[in-house]
Amino acid sequence: MKLIISIAQSLLLARWRQTLIAAIGVTFSITMFVSLLGFMNGLNEMMDSLFLNRTPHVRLYNEVKPSAIQPVYLSPAFRSGHHFIHSVKASSSRSDIYNSGAILEALRKDERVVGVAPKILLQAFFREGTVDITASVNGIEEYQENALFHFAEYVVAGDASLLEKEPNSIILGKALAESLLVNLRENVQLTTADGERFSLKVVGFWQSGIRDYDKVQSFTSLSTARKLLGKTQNYITDIQIRVKDITAAPALAREYSRLFNTSAQDIQTLNAEFETGSFIRSLISYAVGITLLTVSGFGIYNILNMMIYEKMDSIAILKATGFAGRDVKRIFIFIAMSIGVFGGLAGLIMGFLLSLGIDQLPFRTTSLPTITTYPVSYDPFIYVIGGAFSLISTYLAGWLPSRKASRIDPVVIIRGK
Amino acid sequence: MADIILEARNINKYFHDPVDVKVLSDITFSVNKGEFVAVTGKSGCGKSTLLYILSTMDTDYEGELLIDNISMVNKPEPALARVRNEKIGFVFQFHYLLNEFSVLHNVMLPGLKLNRYPEQEVEHRAIEKLNMLGIEKLAHKKANQLSGGEKQRVAIARALINDPCIIMGDEPTGNLDKKNSEIVFDIFKRLAEEYQQTLLIVTHDQEFASRTHRIIQMEDGKILL
Repeated sequence: MKLIISIAQSLLLARWRQTLIAAIGVTFSITMFVSLLGFMNGLNEMMDSLFLNRTPHVRLYNEVKPSAIQPVYLSPAFRSGHHFIHSVKASSSRSDIYNSGAILEALRKDERVVGVAPKILLQAFFREGTVDITASVNGIEEYQENALFHFAEYVVAGDASLLEKEPNSIILGKALAESLLVNLRENVQLTTADGERFSLKVVGFWQSGIRDYDKVQSFTSLSTARKLLGKTQNYITDIQIRVKDITAAPALAREYSRLFNTSAQDIQTLNAEFETGSFIRSLISYAVGITLLTVSGFGIYNILNMMIYEKMDSIAILKATGFAGRDVKRIFIFIAMSIGVFGGLAGLIMGFLLSLGIDQLPFRTTSLPTITTYPVSYDPFIYVIGGAFSLISTYLAGWLPSRKASRIDPVVIIRGK
Repeated sequence: MADIILEARNINKYFHDPVDVKVLSDITFSVNKGEFVAVTGKSGCGKSTLLYILSTMDTDYEGELLIDNISMVNKPEPALARVRNEKIGFVFQFHYLLNEFSVLHNVMLPGLKLNRYPEQEVEHRAIEKLNMLGIEKLAHKKANQLSGGEKQRVAIARALINDPCIIMGDEPTGNLDKKNSEIVFDIFKRLAEEYQQTLLIVTHDQEFASRTHRIIQMEDGKILL
């Protein structure tokens, strides 16, 4: 094997210019592949974080809906036959989650769960002069919300942690604050659906990047939210769950729904179309990358073919002096693979450097306050795929020519002179 | 009783393109150890074709071929390559050295392939062979810097590296001038007489043939007795 490598090396070095060009072809395509995918993935991740990072994987809540089991079903006298029931209405059942303390406790012990954040969702009117603006008030646990949904990253002014420290404080959506004409440390008037009026102090502005959404959102602490509603401790309308394996979210949602007797919504159902978009973007970048690699594969194929025509005599003499066809094949496969390995390795490094370069380019947009440069992903998976493709494509490119070389009949060459 | 190194039994060979032509018919002969044999005949009489069959490179024939008393019929290609490596040394009309390698490395290649000795030992033996042929000074030159006569001597050194049972030559002096032909012939003669090396040389040079131990005359694909 050592001998075969040394022969391959000599053949390579004898035609080092062509070899270099072939390797550069591989390097170029791997560079483009890695940086393109990194860039594409970076954008995907940014888009994901725009929606998915702030969306719980599973959300437990009580939906206002008509009861699935009507009283008539329960009566033994009417068990047989089919029931036609008209004008079924939803009853004014409780909107909070029953026995929320125990549910939270159980979820925190669940191995599949990364974290849980309780939430109180209510509607309120913000009063500015004679105008009433309707908006949602989210009662949150600032610490949990931060850990699971990066809440503080989207607070563009003020301090998110003041929510817990200061009683009767509120963080407004930036667009909402603009239409209410309030600044930090000023008070806003708020009327709940039940008609109670409160004055809350603004401690921060929040911006999600979607203006219409920012116009109708505000955040306060759990205890303030309970105060607004006049509810006691343990009142929670939503439980937001972040799970370890996002693909298991639908199954978990069904399980929790059954177990805790609440409604449950999973992220896949919520964002199905969003996932499709990410998938198609990745697919396109993989297709472009593989096309590049195929082209460079043809380059290697050409160069090896030329080398074999040039080295017919050498191949004949190697065979005459005792090298079997498979040895000759190995020599040329080795040549192809070393072009692939070195070209690919250089490509991975260049791709990484190019990614670093793209990462430095400024990219500012008002809807994305946390992003200052173009997003680039350094996911090792991209590099693994790039490296593997470079090896596979050069192997395939080397396979045909080396098979041809292994089948050269030395008699034909030696006689032909 | 001398040992038989090479034996051909009833070898027939056809060319199929464009029509079936019988190029070798019923070739039967044997070569003993230490013999210096010349195969001669006019151009086109089939002597080179015979040599390629005897060398195991051409496997498209009928009949039986034994090298060192082992039949070569129906052996797979890698096994034949091994036989060529171990038991046969080649010298061609054109020199066929690998230009990418030095003279020494060219001589060493079949030895490294055989892998019977470690690399240092193979190198040592290669230098020995070059010494024997008086070309040790060329050892570190590139193969394409040599003259024709020098290349042919390097080719002989390469043929000798694995101590083969038999050396086969296809017009080894055919492309050399008088002086170099003489040198090459003297080397063959010396190998045969001093080292008891078996040699089977195909040549159309009658003078060359007449100075060997035994002449096999061929005509129209048959051996003349």
